[in-house]
Amino acid sequence: MPWIKACAASEIDEEDLVRFDHAGRSFAVYHSPDGEFFCTDGLCTHEDVHLADGLVIDYVIECPKHNGQFDYRTGEAMRAPVCKDLGTYPVKVENGDVLIEVPA
Amino acid sequence: MPQCSRDYALLGRDARLAEEIGLVSARWYHTDVPRKEMKALMQRHDGPAIRDTAILFAAMIASAAGGIAFWPGWASVPFWAVYGVLYASAMDSRWHECGHGTAFRTRWMNDALYQLACFCMMRNPVLWRWSHTRHHTDTIIVGHDPEIIAMRPAVVARLVLNLFGIFEFAGNARAMLSLAAGRMSEEDRSFVPESERPAAYRIARIWLAIYAGVAAIALATGSVLPFMLVGLPVFYGSWHMVLTGYMQHLGLAENVLDHRLNSRTVLINPVSRFIYWNMNYHVEHHMFPMVPYHRLKDLHERIRHDLPPAHPSMLSAYREILPALARQFSDPDWFVKRALPPTAKPYRPEFHGDLEPGQPTPGIGGYAAPPPGAALPAE
Ligand code: FES
Repeated sequence: MPWIKACAASEIDEEDLVRFDHAGRSFAVYHSPDGEFFCTDGLCTHEDVHLADGLVIDYVIECPKHNGQFDYRTGEAMRAPVCKDLGTYPVKVENGDVLIEVPA
Repeated sequence: MPQCSRDYALLGRDARLAEEIGLVSARWYHTDVPRKEMKALMQRHDGPAIRDTAILFAAMIASAAGGIAFWPGWASVPFWAVYGVLYASAMDSRWHECGHGTAFRTRWMNDALYQLACFCMMRNPVLWRWSHTRHHTDTIIVGHDPEIIAMRPAVVARLVLNLFGIFEFAGNARAMLSLAAGRMSEEDRSFVPESERPAAYRIARIWLAIYAGVAAIALATGSVLPFMLVGLPVFYGSWHMVLTGYMQHLGLAENVLDHRLNSRTVLINPVSRFIYWNMNYHVEHHMFPMVPYHRLKDLHERIRHDLPPAHPSMLSAYREILPALARQFSDPDWFVKRALPPTAKPYRPEFHGDLEPGQPTPGIGGYAAPPPGAALPAE
């Protein structure tokens, strides 16, 4: 799978996320409170709602629709109504850019 | 008087029709709010909810103590009046807000108050979490929203008896008994996933044991006093929840994808706002359910330019609701379509904003047609 530039690292506040669409799919790219970056699927597994409108608290992304919660480091579903985990993708930062390894 | 030809059943004809025309799990209208501002509005804090919960518990303990001290004299009545409203109305809003997980920042605090509030309201925490989830996905979509209170036309006796908690109690008690027996209705199974059902059964059994304990104490002491504290408040204290709850959606549109058309914001007094935990900002809450109760007033200020004007009082809201309900007896398609201010984005047809009072839902059309259970009309 190719590494794709999702955004500049400076574009995501700490404890926040941005949406990144690529090849017909939506991803969510996170900046954790301790400065690390992560990437998951961009849509909630409960309904097709963009997680980018949700709230990041520590290592959890809360879906804006029904507050389903995921650990964005592992994709683990943590709070109903989400029952299915999110897909996660490798991330690296190079020259100030956040690169994610996602299906082409 | 026309019969109600809408089919509100969760697995019924209109449920299928709504799905066919794209009203289910659909995209809803949202007022534009820049991400930074919305993030600030969504921020979670423990402080306000800890303060409010401490006040609530202190008021419950004080009013219960007064009720017990003066029991069974008339002097206990005012204390029970307060206790009942806190137990069966304030706990409704705590159930609601903690169910959204937005009252506290600390998750166990949300969960603990949620469980307690569910017990007071006799609402199974699993069942009601999922029914409310559906209410937010498909708000007032006929056949999908399990929380539509008034059908068209409304069943007046039901609306009145609800003031005394009768229907809610009957439904919740029935659910508790069947869940304790390990059974869930087909309708409830339509929105509660299988993996969640064992928890619903377990909690129903625990509650049944608690109620049996209360009954045993009542029998042993030969007094209904234990039930005045646990259980009976839903009958004598629900009225505030019902009066505020009726303002949320009654008389407004069904089958639309714009909360400005199906929800109502009403400005109410501070005591009622405490009891109701600010859910009077109901359009705002539905549009942005992740904004905690203590920021809803700020959210209201931020987006009011895009919303129908808030009602200035409960009286004003009921002056709109009651005539609309009355008119729906002769014209079930009637609803109140509130005018938007010139600063607002107009209602848009793609959100069924072209739905006009007295006209059937575009795409569904045939509410005057076959009764519930009849075959789907050919498309
Ligand atoms: S859509 Fe994400 S929790 Fe329901």
